Amino acid sequence: MSENRIPITDNRDWQPKIIAFLCTWCSYAGADLAGVSRIQYPPSIRVIRVPCSGRINPIYVLKCLQNGFDGVLISGCHPGDCHYITGNYYARRKFALLKTMLEFVGIEPGRVQFSWVSAGEGEKFAEVAKKVTEDIKKLGPSQRGATSRLVK
Amino acid sequence: MTYNKQNKSVLVVGAGISGIQAALDLAELGADVHLVEETPSIGGRMPQLDKTFPTNDCSLCILAPKMSECARHPGITLHTYSSLASISGEVGNFSCQINEFPKYVDPQKCVGCGICEQKCPTKIMDEFDMGLRQRKAIYRYFLQSIPSNYVIDAAHCLYLTKGACRLCEKECTAGAINFEDKAKTITLSCGAIVLATGIDPYNPISYGEYGYKKFKNVITSLEFERLLSASGPQKGHIVRFSDGKPPQKIAFIQCVGSRDVNVKNEYCSSVCCMYAIKEAIIAKEHIKNIEPSIFFMDIRAYGKDFDKYYERAKAQSGVRFVRSKVAEINETNGGSLSLRYTQEDGKLKEESFDMVVLSVGLEPRKGIDKMSDKSDIKLDEYGFCRTGQFTPLATTKEGIFVIGGMSGPKDIPESVMAASGTVAECAKFLALERQAKVSKKVYPPELNVIGDRPRIGVFVCHCGINIAGVVDVEKVAEVAQKLPNVDYAQTTLYACSQDSLNIMKDKVKEHNLNRVIVAACTPRTHEPLFRETLREAGLNQYLFEMSNIRDQCSWAHMNEPELATQKAKDLVSMAVAKARNLNPLDRLLIQVNPKAIVIGGGLSGMVSALAIAEAGYEVVIIEKDSELGGNLKNIYYTLDGKEVQKLLKETIDKVKSNPLITTYTNAKIDNISGYIGNFKTQLSVNGNGLAANTEIEHGIIVVATGAEEYKSKEYLYGEDARIITQLELEKRLSVIANRTPQTEHRKPNTDTKAPKTVVMIQCVGSREKDRLYCSRVCCSEAVKNAIEVKRIYPNADVYVLYRDVRTYGLMEKYYTKARENGVVFIRYEPEYKPQVEILDKEDINSKLRITTIDPLLESKVIIEADLVVLSCAIDAPTRNKELAKLLKVPLNADGFFLEAHAKLRPVDFATDGVFICGLAHGPKDMEESIIQAKGAAGRALTVLSRQTMEAEGTICWVNPIRCTACGVCVEVCAYSAIEIKEKEILPGVVERVAEINEALCKGCGVCAASCRCSAIDLKGFTDEQIFEAIGAGSG
Repeated sequence: MSENRIPITDNRDWQPKIIAFLCTWCSYAGADLAGVSRIQYPPSIRVIRVPCSGRINPIYVLKCLQNGFDGVLISGCHPGDCHYITGNYYARRKFALLKTMLEFVGIEPGRVQFSWVSAGEGEKFAEVAKKVTEDIKKLGPSQRGATSRLVK
Repeated sequence: MTYNKQNKSVLVVGAGISGIQAALDLAELGADVHLVEETPSIGGRMPQLDKTFPTNDCSLCILAPKMSECARHPGITLHTYSSLASISGEVGNFSCQINEFPKYVDPQKCVGCGICEQKCPTKIMDEFDMGLRQRKAIYRYFLQSIPSNYVIDAAHCLYLTKGACRLCEKECTAGAINFEDKAKTITLSCGAIVLATGIDPYNPISYGEYGYKKFKNVITSLEFERLLSASGPQKGHIVRFSDGKPPQKIAFIQCVGSRDVNVKNEYCSSVCCMYAIKEAIIAKEHIKNIEPSIFFMDIRAYGKDFDKYYERAKAQSGVRFVRSKVAEINETNGGSLSLRYTQEDGKLKEESFDMVVLSVGLEPRKGIDKMSDKSDIKLDEYGFCRTGQFTPLATTKEGIFVIGGMSGPKDIPESVMAASGTVAECAKFLALERQAKVSKKVYPPELNVIGDRPRIGVFVCHCGINIAGVVDVEKVAEVAQKLPNVDYAQTTLYACSQDSLNIMKDKVKEHNLNRVIVAACTPRTHEPLFRETLREAGLNQYLFEMSNIRDQCSWAHMNEPELATQKAKDLVSMAVAKARNLNPLDRLLIQVNPKAIVIGGGLSGMVSALAIAEAGYEVVIIEKDSELGGNLKNIYYTLDGKEVQKLLKETIDKVKSNPLITTYTNAKIDNISGYIGNFKTQLSVNGNGLAANTEIEHGIIVVATGAEEYKSKEYLYGEDARIITQLELEKRLSVIANRTPQTEHRKPNTDTKAPKTVVMIQCVGSREKDRLYCSRVCCSEAVKNAIEVKRIYPNADVYVLYRDVRTYGLMEKYYTKARENGVVFIRYEPEYKPQVEILDKEDINSKLRITTIDPLLESKVIIEADLVVLSCAIDAPTRNKELAKLLKVPLNADGFFLEAHAKLRPVDFATDGVFICGLAHGPKDMEESIIQAKGAAGRALTVLSRQTMEAEGTICWVNPIRCTACGVCVEVCAYSAIEIKEKEILPGVVERVAEINEALCKGCGVCAASCRCSAIDLKGFTDEQIFEAIGAGSG
C-alpha cells in the first residue's frame, strides 16, 4: 500500500480536516467553555454532537476516514462521570478494539484519537484539539484508497 | 390537621444545590416557585468545587444540567441578585418582600458576549475565585453563570461611584447597559417558605499561629479547590503564591474552625476530612511527585463508600495521614513553611512543607441572624437554624422549612435529600390539584410534514460582533442558500432576541419551512428557546438543528477569520445535511397511576408513606414482619434525650388511622412488573397460617427495606451474658430508666446489680474485611449509651475502645460531654484489636478481661470489666439481592441499594419511578432516615401529582425485522429499558425480538451503537443523519 501513499509535502498552510464526536454533557460543554474562555485552538475540527460517547458506532469513524477526513477525535465524560451512568465505559471498550483493528488495516495510529474532557476543562479541550491537529499534520492527508475498501 | 389552602406559591431562599433541587422538585409538583439568590447566578458553593468525593465527579458537570433545568422550568421564577427583605403572615398565606438589586444590564438584551468586561477599567477581587483572581466592575459571577447575563457591581463601577466612564455602554452592541436601573422591591404571596441560605467557609485569620494571609503559601481548602479547578485562576495548575512554582510537599491541617472551643465552633464540620482526602488525591493526579500529608484528629469518613476512598488514599494514592494537631507554622527561607507538631508518642517534631492547606470548617452563612429576625425562626447555639430531631426540616415557625447547610454542616447528598423532602412538607399547605397537562402553554396544532419535501430555513446569527467580527456570516448564509433543500437563508443580528424569534416564526409561515437551522451559539443553552419558537410556529420541536459557530468557532479562532468562516460553512452544511433527514418526534404520554407502594414498614417506610398520604395519595405499605416499626423497636432514646418509643407509637398510630394507607404485614413480594406510572406488584400475604395472593397496580415504588445489626462472631459474643451489643445495652438501660413501653416492663435477670466497669468496643464488623464501610451511627450510639450509663451509675467506669471517633456534625458536643462526664476513650489500631477473655468460665462473678494496646502510650492496657458492649456494624440483609432483581436496580459492593448518583440523585434509582430511603441505602441515623424518607416521598410526589408524564423524544427504537434477539442491548442498557419479547414482526410471523420501553429509555444510544445487526437506531441522532453530516462536512 505504501506506493499509494500521497507524498507528504511540508505545507505549513495545510489544515487537516478532523471530525470530532463529542458527548453533549461533558466534552461538548468543555469545547463550549474553551470558546467562552476565548482559548484559541486550530480551526481544523468539525464537531458532531452526540448524547453520549457510548452512542458512537465505530462505523462512524470508518465513514469519516472513507469520506476523506484526515482524522477523527472522540471525546466523552471522564470514567465515572457519564450522564448515562455507564455509556463511556462501553465507548472505551469499543474503541480499544477499534484501535487495534485500525492499526491492522493500516491506518496510522494517531489519526483516530480518544480523550476524556469534562465540562470544566476548556483548556484541556483546546489542548486536545491542538495535539490531534499537530499529530495529524505530521501524518499528512489521509489516503481515501486505503480505507474506502473497508466500508462500502 | 387541615390548613387553609389558597396559595400555590413557594418561596425558596438561596439557590445553591439545596435551593435548586427544592425549586425543581416543588415546580414539578405543580407549585409556582420563586427562587431568590443574593449573587448574580444560581449555583451556590458547588460550582466553586473542582471535584466531588467519593466519586471524583466533576462538580460543575453534574450541577450544570440542574442549573439550566432550573432556569428553563416554567414553574420557577428566578430572582437572582436579590435578597429577602421581610416575611409576614402565617402558613398558607405568607407575604414576602424581595429586594432586587439594580443590575444595570438589561437581561433581555444582554447576550453575554463579554465585550463590556474586556473594556471595563476597574479591577477588583473576585469573590467566586476566593480573591485569587481579579474581576471587573461589570462581570459575570462565573463563566457558566445562569443567568449568563452580566451585572454591574455598583460599589465599584467608575461611573456609578465617580460619575465618569460609561465605556461599557459605548461598547455594548446590544444596547443592554442601563445606568438608570433602580432597586426594586416586590411582594410575593406564598403558601410555604423554604430557607436554604447555605454555609460560609470559616475564615482562619483568627488562627494566628497558622499565619494565614501572613504567609503566602498558607491557603484555605476552598482556595485550593479553585487552584485545582480547570476553569479556576491557575487553570488547574497547582502553584505556590510566593514563587509560582509547583509545590512538592503539601500539608493539610484539619479542623481549622471546627471542633475547637477557642474559636467557639465546637461542632464538627462533617465534610472536611473527606474534602481534604479528595484534594490530596486530586493534587497527586495533577502532579505525580506531590507528597500530601493530612494532619488530623479523627478521620471522619462516615458516609456511603467514604471509607473505601480513605483506604484508597492511603494505599494507592500515597497520601500520608498524621494523627496530630499542628501547633504552629513558621515561614522559612524561600517561602517554605515549617510545621511544629506533637507526634503521637508525645515528641515534638518540626517538618518543612512547600504549601499548607487549612481545611476550614463550615459556618452559618452571614446574615442568617437577620433572616431569623425577619422570619421568626430560631437559631441554635452555633447560629445554625434550629430544627426538631423528629422533624428535621421544620423550623420553629410553621410553614417555614430549612434545608442544606443552614441547619448544620452537611454534605451534598444530605442536602439534596432534604431539598426533595420539602416537597413532602410543603404539599400539605399548598392549593394544588393533580396536573392534567404536561405543559401549561397552548400551542398551535403541529403541521404534518411527513412525506413533504424538506424545506429548510437557515438563520445565521451575527451575535453582534461575537460571530460576525470573525466569521463572514453573509458568506455563510450565501453558501447555505445554495445547498439543496434550503428554501431560505438569512443573517440576523441576535437570533435569540424576541424580534428575531418573531421573524423566524413569520418566515416559517411565509416560506412554508418544515426544518429550521440556527447557526449561532451553543445548543446547550439555546436549543430549548428555539425549539419553543418552532412549537409556537406550529412545527414539531424536533425539526430543529443548531450549528455552533460562536462558542466552538468564532470565539475559538479569533485570529483566523478565513479558516473560521470555512469552518462555519462546513458546520452549517453538516447541519443542513442532518436536518434534511430530521423527522418529527413524539413524546410518549405515560398515564400515571396515582398510587404508591412502600416496601418496608420501619421508620423510613412509615414516614415516607405518611408524607405521600398526607399529600392526598393512596399508599400501600408492604412489611415482611408481623408488625410495623422495624429497627426503631430497638431504640429508646436519642442523644438529646428524646423518647423514641413515643415517636414509634405515634407514627404507627398515624399510619393506622390514615384512611389512604393500607398495610400488609407478613407480606412477601413475588413479582414486580411494569414501569414508572404503571407498575404491577404481586404479593403473598401470610395471615393466620393462610397465604393469600394480592396484586396491586401502582405508579411508584419506595424502597425502605432497612438493614440489620451485625451478629458478631468476635469478642466472645454469645458466650457470656455480660458481652452484649449496644442495642441490647440500650434496652437494659431503658428498662432501668423506665423508658420501655409498659408491656416490656420486666427486668432482665442479668441486670440486677450495677456494673462497675463497662468497656465498649467500636467498629465490630465495620471498617474491615467483608465490611469495608463505616456504620456511621455506632460512635454516637456508644457516646449516647456511655453518657446514659454514667447518668444511671455515676460511679461506673466507662471505657470506649475506638479507631476514630466519628461524632460528626452537631453531635460532637455529646462526645465532649461524655469526656467531661469521665468516659475514657482509648484508641486501638486495627492490627491490634482488643482481646476479650472470660477469666473463669465456671465462676459467674469472675471478671471479663480486656487487653488492648494504647498507641499513645505504646503499651498494653488491661481492663477488668463486668460488662462488655460491642458496637456492631449495620449489615445489609442478604435478601436485598432478591428484591434488587425484582426491581431491576443495582446493589453496591456492600449489599446496600445503589442510588442513581451518589451526590445529586441520592433518593432516585436509575430506573424511573423507584425511590430509596433509610438504611436500605446505607447506614444512617434516625434524623437522616427521616430526611431521606421525606426526600423519597417528595420525589415520588413529583410523579404522582401528574396525570400524565412525557417521555423523552430522542429515544431508541428497534427494527424487529433485523433483530436477532441476541440480548446485547438488554445487557448494556443502564435503565433496564429493553426486554426480549415475543412479537408479531410481520403478519403471522412471531419472533423473539428486543423491545424498548419508551417510558424508560433515556436516549443515550449505547444499545444502538452496540447492536450487531444495526437493528436499533436513536431518534434525533440516527445513523443516517450522522452519515449525512459526515458526508457534508468532508465537502
